[in-house]
Amino acid sequence: MEITREEIDHLAGLSDLSLSDKEAESLKGDLENIIKYISQLNELDTEGVEPTYQVFEMENVWREDDIIPQDADREKLLNLVPAYQGNIGTQDNQIKVPKVL
Amino acid sequence: MKIASKEISAVSLVQEALDKAKKYADYNIFISMNEEAALNRAKEIDAKIAKGEKVGRLAGVPYACKDNFLSKQGATTAASKILEPLKAPLDATAIEKLEKEGAIMIGRVNLDAFAHGSSTENSYFGVTKNSADTTRVAGGSSGGSAVAVALDIVPFATGTDTGGSIRQPASFNGIYGIKPTYGTISRYGVVAMASSLDCVGFLARSAEDLDLLMEICAGQDPKDLTTLPDYYVNREVKEPKKIGVIKDFDSDAIDSTIRGALKQKLDELKSDGYEIVDLEMPILKYALAVYYIICPAEVTSNLSRYDGIRYGYRSDEAKAVDEIFGKTRSDGFMPENKRRIMVGNFVLSSGFYDAYFLKAMKARTLIIQAFEDAFKKCDVILAPVSPNPAFKIGEKVNDPVAMYMEDILSVTLNLAGVPGVAIPVGKTESGLPLGLQLIGPRRSDKSLLAFAGKIGNSLDKEGA
Repeated sequence: MEITREEIDHLAGLSDLSLSDKEAESLKGDLENIIKYISQLNELDTEGVEPTYQVFEMENVWREDDIIPQDADREKLLNLVPAYQGNIGTQDNQIKVPKVL
Repeated sequence: MKIASKEISAVSLVQEALDKAKKYADYNIFISMNEEAALNRAKEIDAKIAKGEKVGRLAGVPYACKDNFLSKQGATTAASKILEPLKAPLDATAIEKLEKEGAIMIGRVNLDAFAHGSSTENSYFGVTKNSADTTRVAGGSSGGSAVAVALDIVPFATGTDTGGSIRQPASFNGIYGIKPTYGTISRYGVVAMASSLDCVGFLARSAEDLDLLMEICAGQDPKDLTTLPDYYVNREVKEPKKIGVIKDFDSDAIDSTIRGALKQKLDELKSDGYEIVDLEMPILKYALAVYYIICPAEVTSNLSRYDGIRYGYRSDEAKAVDEIFGKTRSDGFMPENKRRIMVGNFVLSSGFYDAYFLKAMKARTLIIQAFEDAFKKCDVILAPVSPNPAFKIGEKVNDPVAMYMEDILSVTLNLAGVPGVAIPVGKTESGLPLGLQLIGPRRSDKSLLAFAGKIGNSLDKEGA
């Protein structure tokens, strides 16, 4: 299956990846080979077969609606935010990001 | 496992492991060492023993941690740049349970970044070398774990297995490894790869040691709602009578050394009175294609959290929000991570979802049924882990499909959720370890390990 450069750019957009031209070209070849391989599934008859989304044997695992104390509190989590640079970082106990809209 | 006692101190055990880790530095096994904290922990345990206080079942036993487990000790990389080592404020449940029994983490070991790979070549921290031949790969993704145990630096290491990542490196290095039944050990605090496939397990030098680690770590965790209620601890062991062999795997696609080792083991079992049952499982031919649809789809979703905002690495160049995501992720992920994210978005995108993702989910049902049918005819299955022994470094790294073929025999278990144990069975003429895997029905892990201990080679007898 041939994949166009436009399709690669579209997938890179969905993937939040900024690819260089070289990377995009190399991924184009890799994806064509991978998709060719996985396309062999087309020959398998799955008419009337129910899909399996997960193999965990239990459903509806209930617990009391209590707050379970965690090691990771607000301060510890905010400490993980990469150091302030440009216009992002932490300020007033919150994460500051560039203008979105 | 050597348990710290008055005869052998925890400090000397830990010091010995740290010394060996330095001696084998050329294998590139460790990403980071935990030297000071490990020695301090060992001193605490020795003091407890001296006072006659109760210590755990792993008191003073050093271990290596695959670097995709979070722990307050040191920092986690997942062998990637994008976590820019993460100093996690929490312990993975599995790590917490091991440490509670007195196990001591001496360091964190290499893997393919985010566990994407079958060779430990896709690591931001370089390639880990095979324990038997340094021109060959360690296997992957738990390559560092396998080599650390095979070189006897530590008696055990933690691992994760999404499509063979414990069993394949275990067999490339001639040791034991277990991928438990899906849901046996909590995944809380473990870097997620593909959530319907990921399992936490261990690599060790004997099946008995694996059994002890399972006794300690198996069971339900309120922090992971995909854990099963305990079925493992102190349960009765059932000896198998009928051994299944998958005829579909007996082809030229599998190296003759591996088929030879399987045949020899089956002959031994037959003469020991076990019944050998031939199984036809033609659906398994499609397992790898199913895996390389489901796995990237789940990878895409799990790796979307690495955005450069809340933790980890952030690109310096980015100014606007979308640039932060795009540049951070492009710089921070390894090429194989990007491939899987892109393939995942392809199989999930509109127009392709039904043809790929939904089709794979249906084929998965057929694979599960094939195993259920097989276990009506036999108690356990004995099969190869990989199509070949350890291959040369660089041989497959530029050909993703050739690398994926490494997983053709191992992914089937993850798709079906059944347990598997890699066992060492011998060596090729040139000295490369050969492994096989025992496969059992769901929740048969304890019996599987008991049988693995019976039929696998003893590492200490070999003097390996």
